[in-house]
Amino acid sequence: MDNVIRRRTLGARLARLALYAALLLAALFYLLPLAVMLITSVKPLDEISAGSLLALPQSPTLVPWAKAWGEACTGMRCEGVGGYFWNSFAIVIPAVAISTVVGALNGYALTKWRFRGSELLFGLMLFGCFIPFQVVLLPMAQTLGWLGLSSSRAGLVLVHVIFGIAFTTLFFRNFYVAVPTELVSAAKLDGAGFFRIFWRILLPVSAPIIVVSVIWQFTQIWNDFLFGVAFSAHDTQPVTVALNNLVNTSTGVREYNVDMAAAMIAALPTLVVYVLAGKYFVRGLTAGSVKG
Amino acid sequence: MSALEIQKVRKDFGNERVLKDVSLAIESGEFLILVGPSGCGKSTLMNAIAGLEPVTAGEIRIADRDVTWLTPAERDIAMVFQSYALYPSMTVRQNISFGLEMRKVPRAEREAAVERVADLLQITALLDRKPAQLSGGQRQRVAMGRALAREPAVYLFDEPLSNLDAKLRVDMRTEIKKLHLRLGTTIVYVTHDQIEAMTLADRIAVMRDGHILQLGTPDEVYNDPVDIFVAGFMGSPSMNFIATTLEGQAGDYRLRIVTEGEDALVLPWPASRETPALAEQVGRSVILGLRPEHFSEEDSRLSGMDEGTPLSARVSVVEPTGADILLNMPLGDAEVTARVGPKCRVAPGERLSLRVDMGRAVLFDSETQKRLA
Ligand SMILES: Nc1ncnc2c1ncn2[C@@H]1O[C@H](COP(=O)(O)OP(=O)(O)OP(=O)(O)O)[C@@H](O)[C@H]1O
Ligand SMILES: [Mg+2]
Repeated sequence: MDNVIRRRTLGARLARLALYAALLLAALFYLLPLAVMLITSVKPLDEISAGSLLALPQSPTLVPWAKAWGEACTGMRCEGVGGYFWNSFAIVIPAVAISTVVGALNGYALTKWRFRGSELLFGLMLFGCFIPFQVVLLPMAQTLGWLGLSSSRAGLVLVHVIFGIAFTTLFFRNFYVAVPTELVSAAKLDGAGFFRIFWRILLPVSAPIIVVSVIWQFTQIWNDFLFGVAFSAHDTQPVTVALNNLVNTSTGVREYNVDMAAAMIAALPTLVVYVLAGKYFVRGLTAGSVKG
Repeated sequence: MSALEIQKVRKDFGNERVLKDVSLAIESGEFLILVGPSGCGKSTLMNAIAGLEPVTAGEIRIADRDVTWLTPAERDIAMVFQSYALYPSMTVRQNISFGLEMRKVPRAEREAAVERVADLLQITALLDRKPAQLSGGQRQRVAMGRALAREPAVYLFDEPLSNLDAKLRVDMRTEIKKLHLRLGTTIVYVTHDQIEAMTLADRIAVMRDGHILQLGTPDEVYNDPVDIFVAGFMGSPSMNFIATTLEGQAGDYRLRIVTEGEDALVLPWPASRETPALAEQVGRSVILGLRPEHFSEEDSRLSGMDEGTPLSARVSVVEPTGADILLNMPLGDAEVTARVGPKCRVAPGERLSLRVDMGRAVLFDSETQKRLA
């Protein structure tokens, strides 16, 4: 029950009914592509060519999923997207962890240890949020080459960390600005130093913004295609690139069910993250200041 | 030995000079109160003493050691903040022992210190709670406990009671006074509250615009203010300032007060309170400062000042406060407030005969605002 007292006239109730109907319709509309993907991915090929998009599968099968995972051809190789799925994790996990930690330290330093030019520095970092990726592709390729990281997972991690820091710094700075500076002053008087204050005083109250930063970074990096396609080799490709290759590899009949299953596999981790942590995401974004 | 000595401390924020060569010294065990209007630099001075903000110029010494460029941790100071600044993720126990832990005090000693402080402040039952589970008064106690757990050379309190309600504030005030008497700690304490300042302080420093205007005992600051600002700042209701003309000569000075619609009033200035400065002011306008309690009813035997100078005035407003009655009446160019006993029966518009205790009145130069006599 919600906590609102409403008018209970017939007209008011009908208006309410219409409102819910409209909302339901909108929700269905948004869910439709997902539903079509899911349904198609468990249909045998002949059902797809025969029936309509929305028809439920007559004889559901997981064969397309198995094929997408382990056998489908992505370009020259036919090993499915499974390996690339793990590739993505190997790129995303370190990139998310590093960019979140660095963003937290940046936000902490920019708010609680202000120095001459710290506002300017923050302004410049914010600028990083708006740089179009295409602009940096060539210089970044060059730089990765110099660093000896071309086409490696470490190289992709580095690229994602660099781009992510702008956002994570913004998140943490805005969160720490609201944490009373007197907390830090008190800890300084108590004898704690830069890292100790961060670790003991600020980090324990940072859970909401850590969740925000992790979810944001996870989805951004997992869904990235451009950097993945530009800076990876065959065996270091993320799943998004593999998915593209799978769909574009044309040998004989187009296997929509396998394509859909592969797309579902590629989208699953971000879906899971949203479902599990979505409410913390909203809570973290709207979290108020910490009372000392 | 000075527990704390501040020499010509200056602090600039950009182009704005917030502390202008502030100097003061506090003996060990002394309770110094800083008062002054909002924005006069009290917190800035506290932060400078604590080492939270570097000073632009000057020297700060704690226990005869130059600490001007030492970090807050190295200064041997504890501070209680207006917002309490309790660490939100730690229990009360952890809050209190954090400073000791950072100073590598062994666990057993830390626990003993927590017990001692909790006992002293009666917060033993709260030790395992988080700050969010405490009331304002309890948080305030914990904040004090955190400072008391260590035994630093100087304690700094920046408006520690201003977030409490009136009743709790009075209770805590008494408790701080008791603690100070019992522990003999050296304290610098910022407050806006007159009564806090008068009751707690060994000495009061009145600040304005980054200067210390007067540094003295509560009695000196209250009864012997150096200028109109200090006189008006201390005391509630505040001192009445009445424009008068000084007449006569040494040995027989008089103050003429002209009130619209009344006969001119002439008050003799007591010979015992003459100063050489008065001679130059004869014939000029000077400002007479009278506190509300310098007035009393004509026939009041309780006040014990029968020899006060008689004066009659038309009462415009009557404000009973319970313990006494505040009367407003026109005198000279201003409305003055007089404090009379609770039994005084007078209605607005009536005339009342009063006595004023000129022996306690003060005179100020109307231009420089400085004290004349
Ligand atoms: N970090 C800062 N940067 C610039 N100006 C500052 C800074 N901190 C304080 N000031 C200025 O210094 C002056 C003194 O501030 P301060 O906080 O010391 O006042 P205060 O006496 O403690 O006032 P209050 O009674 O309201 O607490 C104010 O004019 C304030 O605007
Ligand atoms: Mg202040």
